[in-house]
Amino acid sequence: MSVGQMDAGAMSPKAAFAQKIGYAILYIVLIAVAVLQLFPLVWLLLFSLKNNQEVFNLPPFAIPTHPRWENYQKVWEAGNIDVYFLNSVWITVVSTLLTVVLASLVTYAITRMKWKLSSLVLGLFMVAMMIPVHSTLIPLFSMFNDVNLTDKPASLILTYVAFNMPITIMILLGFYYALPKEVEEAAVIDGCSVNRMFFRIVFPMTSSVIATTAIINMIYNWNEFIFVNTFISSDKFKTLTVGVQNFIGQYTTDWGAIGATLMISILPILITFLFLSDRIVEGIAAGSVKG
Amino acid sequence: MDKVMSNKKMIALYVLPSLLLILAVVYIPIVLTGYYGLNEWNGIGSMKFVGLDNYQRLLKDSVFWDSAKHSLLLAVFSLISLIVYLAIAMVLAAKLRGANLFRKIYLIPMLLSSVAIAQLWLKIYHPTSGIMNTLLESLGVDNPPAWLAEPSLVLFALFIPILWQYAGFYILIYYAALKNIPTSLEEAAKIDGATSIQIAYKIKLPLVMEVLKVTVVLAVVGSLKYFDLIYVMTNGGPNGASEVMASYMYRTAFKSYDFGYGSAIGFALLIICLVATWVIRKLTETKDTIQYS
Repeated sequence: MSVGQMDAGAMSPKAAFAQKIGYAILYIVLIAVAVLQLFPLVWLLLFSLKNNQEVFNLPPFAIPTHPRWENYQKVWEAGNIDVYFLNSVWITVVSTLLTVVLASLVTYAITRMKWKLSSLVLGLFMVAMMIPVHSTLIPLFSMFNDVNLTDKPASLILTYVAFNMPITIMILLGFYYALPKEVEEAAVIDGCSVNRMFFRIVFPMTSSVIATTAIINMIYNWNEFIFVNTFISSDKFKTLTVGVQNFIGQYTTDWGAIGATLMISILPILITFLFLSDRIVEGIAAGSVKG
Repeated sequence: MDKVMSNKKMIALYVLPSLLLILAVVYIPIVLTGYYGLNEWNGIGSMKFVGLDNYQRLLKDSVFWDSAKHSLLLAVFSLISLIVYLAIAMVLAAKLRGANLFRKIYLIPMLLSSVAIAQLWLKIYHPTSGIMNTLLESLGVDNPPAWLAEPSLVLFALFIPILWQYAGFYILIYYAALKNIPTSLEEAAKIDGATSIQIAYKIKLPLVMEVLKVTVVLAVVGSLKYFDLIYVMTNGGPNGASEVMASYMYRTAFKSYDFGYGSAIGFALLIICLVATWVIRKLTETKDTIQYS
């Protein structure tokens, strides 16, 4: 018998009633917080399906009788939203792949190989997490200018990989330390090369933690704003965050168009979250607590 | 085994690309920021070395100190809200049904881009059609304020979405830490007659102390360097009322083309963040950490 049941058995009806009230209050608090977190987004969805007249005259949470899906069609066709969207996709994917592979190589070398500077190098990666990105912005801008990389997607990919590398290594480290070494030892005895061992044995064994770090990286890269805003000036290279920001500037009075643009920019994340929420939760928890 | 695993060439091949990248993109710029701060420079032409002029100007610049004050105020609000987040996490961790769903719902705003959140909250604060004022009017408030245009209110109006965005993140961290506490401890205390408040205060709080310290650093440093929502929603306005250190740096460099002074601000921001981290670590240092595994 668990302790909880023992308590309940010994409780007077009055105390049991008080406990129920207590639980009810707790649930009300939790639901209130959930409502606070979700209502702005529900409101956004609703006004993305309305025209201005409906936004101004109907109550804010009134469900539109004729949802105006044409708002979405309009913004998708009117501006460069499709271009921004595709840029966001490929820059996010390339940066994430590079980060995950490079970080895995570093983590492998740090946890498995024997070299003197290993802890110093790990320290360098970890301290980099404490550097505010804004303090690097001006020199990065002028360095990219010097090598003709401003207004090129490469400037974004390089910075995304560098700034997400430390947290990716940190999440990978815990997993690598816990990974049994027997398989690798046997492989070495069989004359397996380091490369073969890493790419054929270790990398596949870490696929679950790689999925976690990849999702976290994708979310960060997808949402990144300040570097795009600073380095990229041509419309053809802008990503969704900056594109949305500029695009909305032209539509200041058309609420439906603004709502639809914002929904298009957040939908990929919301859909990912719907299917992979456990991994995302796990990744965010793992990436923060150890810091 | 040792021979294969200490092959210098392989180690270099695995580590050097990443190491060079992080040196070039993170560490060299940090040094350069400090150096640019010693120059007068418009970002394109040649630099003119002016020694510590920019840093002296910074010390006397009331706009900078006001922006530092605003950043610090955000840090204070973030710290206070941590207490609320911890309380919510404790409720969630109290074996309630649906806790997992709740913590996921709370996390959603944190996953969205700051630009989308900023644009959404611009609409929420819209003086006549925003949901904030429609709600206030329906509650009987006449003439609700134009939140982002009021110098006395704008900063607090901006804090709300910032705290809203990160609430789920901290609740998630605290929840994970609380779930790590073995239930046997709580059960033993219950048998000894401890009330739930005593359990929360005397058992749970000390055991999540290490995590609390980490979140205090995260919240303070994150606030000091905060930029995104403020830049998109008010760009420091009206009239500097919501300027923070990072937005002031950005404006000085990329709008006024004063890259030298902007770099000095960026360097000051770096030093302030590092010092804050160090001070918090020192203040919260404990001799022995509690083991419970």
